[in-house]
Amino acid sequence: MHGNSYKEGHMRLIVAQDIYKDYQVGEVSLRALSDLNFEIEPASFLSFVGPSGSGKTTLLNLIGCLDIPTGGSLTIAGTDVLSLDRKERAAFRGKHMGFIFQDFNLIPVLTVYENIEYPLLMVQNVPSEERRRRVLRLLESVEMMEQKDKYPDQISGGQKQRVAVARALVTEPELVLADEPTANLDSKTAYMIIDLMKVMKEKSGTTFIFSTHDQKIVGAAEILYTLEDGTIVDRKEMGGNGHV
Amino acid sequence: MAMYNLLKIAIRNLMRYRRRTLLTSSLIMIGVVFVLVFVAVTGSIKGLLIGQITDSMLGHIQIHKKGYVASIDNLPLTITLSPKAMEAIENVIKDMPEVEAYSARIKFGGLFSNFTETTNIRLNGVVPEKELKTVPLLPERIIKGNKDLQKGSILIPELLAKGMKVTVGDTVVVIATNRDGSVNGKQFVVGGILESVTGPGGRDGYIHIEDAVEVLRMEEMELSEIVLRLKDFGMLQDVYTSLTNSLSGKTNEAGKPVFEIHTWEKLSPFYNIARMIDIMTLFIKIMLIAMVLVSIMNVMIMAVYERMREIGTISAIGTMPGKILSMFLLEGLSIGIFGALIGDAIGCAIIYLLNISHITFNFGRQTGLLLEPHVGIADLLAVSVIVIIVSVAASLQPALKASRMEPIYALRHV
Repeated sequence: MHGNSYKEGHMRLIVAQDIYKDYQVGEVSLRALSDLNFEIEPASFLSFVGPSGSGKTTLLNLIGCLDIPTGGSLTIAGTDVLSLDRKERAAFRGKHMGFIFQDFNLIPVLTVYENIEYPLLMVQNVPSEERRRRVLRLLESVEMMEQKDKYPDQISGGQKQRVAVARALVTEPELVLADEPTANLDSKTAYMIIDLMKVMKEKSGTTFIFSTHDQKIVGAAEILYTLEDGTIVDRKEMGGNGHV
Repeated sequence: MAMYNLLKIAIRNLMRYRRRTLLTSSLIMIGVVFVLVFVAVTGSIKGLLIGQITDSMLGHIQIHKKGYVASIDNLPLTITLSPKAMEAIENVIKDMPEVEAYSARIKFGGLFSNFTETTNIRLNGVVPEKELKTVPLLPERIIKGNKDLQKGSILIPELLAKGMKVTVGDTVVVIATNRDGSVNGKQFVVGGILESVTGPGGRDGYIHIEDAVEVLRMEEMELSEIVLRLKDFGMLQDVYTSLTNSLSGKTNEAGKPVFEIHTWEKLSPFYNIARMIDIMTLFIKIMLIAMVLVSIMNVMIMAVYERMREIGTISAIGTMPGKILSMFLLEGLSIGIFGALIGDAIGCAIIYLLNISHITFNFGRQTGLLLEPHVGIADLLAVSVIVIIVSVAASLQPALKASRMEPIYALRHV
């Protein structure tokens, strides 16, 4: 029923209905998320906030197809992701999503250029000229052109996260998921990263979804979902003028 | 292109843990060197010893009348090859370019007398020119006297000469019973003394084949065996098969096969020693496989655990499980190739050094046998291919684990 809404132009990137997630701990079943219903439109810049253990990361993992809900329905970019097997989910992530991690998670044996190029080369098999064009453009955008031949251990944390942002965006995904992307950065760098993502969102129409505690991101978000004990307790439209 | 990039990542990951990679490769390299040197040295010793056995007495292949070998200790004169049979065999041998030479023998047991004492002796009646071409080390065994065997002369084993106190130039008598049971004797002059050689026939004496015919009062030449020497010892089984196919069709009036054919392996107990050397080589190869398997598997399991978050990251980004699998397999493959190539190079260098060192050894009463270790391309390739295949196989379990890992689980790993 939601499967076609995206393609038919109703412009809902994500439709979640009655999602819940249980974890089995020994013989006890723990409900991490319960009865989540929400819809996210393309080109959103939204954040899930809430205290530790509220289920932000779990929800982000479900939206990112890294994990599957125990029940409910989840449609992303017109696809019922619960019907996908492990390989199909990997292919789906590669095609539709980008990820930014708290610890940057760059591949240490690849240079800055190669890290950004990786999804195009190893996931999407983009031809070399097109690859080069896109990587160079993003290197410019994240102001990392001079460091392109350096390895991750030769650049700062802020620079690493800029590379991670570029890697997430290089495939031109519809959705970028970022779990605490500024947690390991100082304020100045964190604002720089948030600004960068906002600019990217404006330029490419990519949807950015965060899970965060960070007030800097909270201030920049256009939509704010508050989670408590695995349930969405509040939804606010913020305007998103926090920093840019 | 993707494979090239996977290989690039694999090699960079190996370089990342340089010391560990070097240690693992060194272990493989040492194993390869050990196997190659062992194969080369034992191969050389085995070849020399087989050469001593076959080139001194036994030849490479022997053809007898059916049933002869079962009674070989009796040296039967009733199970012999007639001139017609000899002709049939010669017709087959002549068409075989692999055969370098062949020699017909009449073997019999008799009494050996120096006119004061008598003992028994095993004798071979041979055509000297043909015998020397078939067992070319025979002249080297003649430690005293004439190197060529004349009619009327006899070559006797050293121990017999000592025991009977005869030497070159002495007259002796050989007495033998022929196939009909009648006894005949003939005087011979000792033409030479033979040193012993390990294996059957090592204590045999030699006379001219025409003398043998005379002693045994044969109306026509009846042969005990025909001995073949091949141009290439490696063709032994092929020639044996070919001979068997050609001669097995020859049957007697009762429809039973006339001939039996044996390679040296079936005629000498030394073959069991050669087999033991082969079995030892096999065990050494199995040890190499175990060594490669354990070291590569260990290093790859460590690599998977250490890089769990990286695996989670590339998996989250959308890398397909097959590519993650390939990435780890290529790491194992690269270590295997590196270890094998360096091992091959060092192994060949050591074998070369052994060759130029001119190491000698003794075998039985043979002294100064030169050790000439040699490793063929086939052995080199076989050892390298085994190492490389085992390297990939050892990486398979860790690689499968990495490729099947759920990204959510891998990303949580600290």
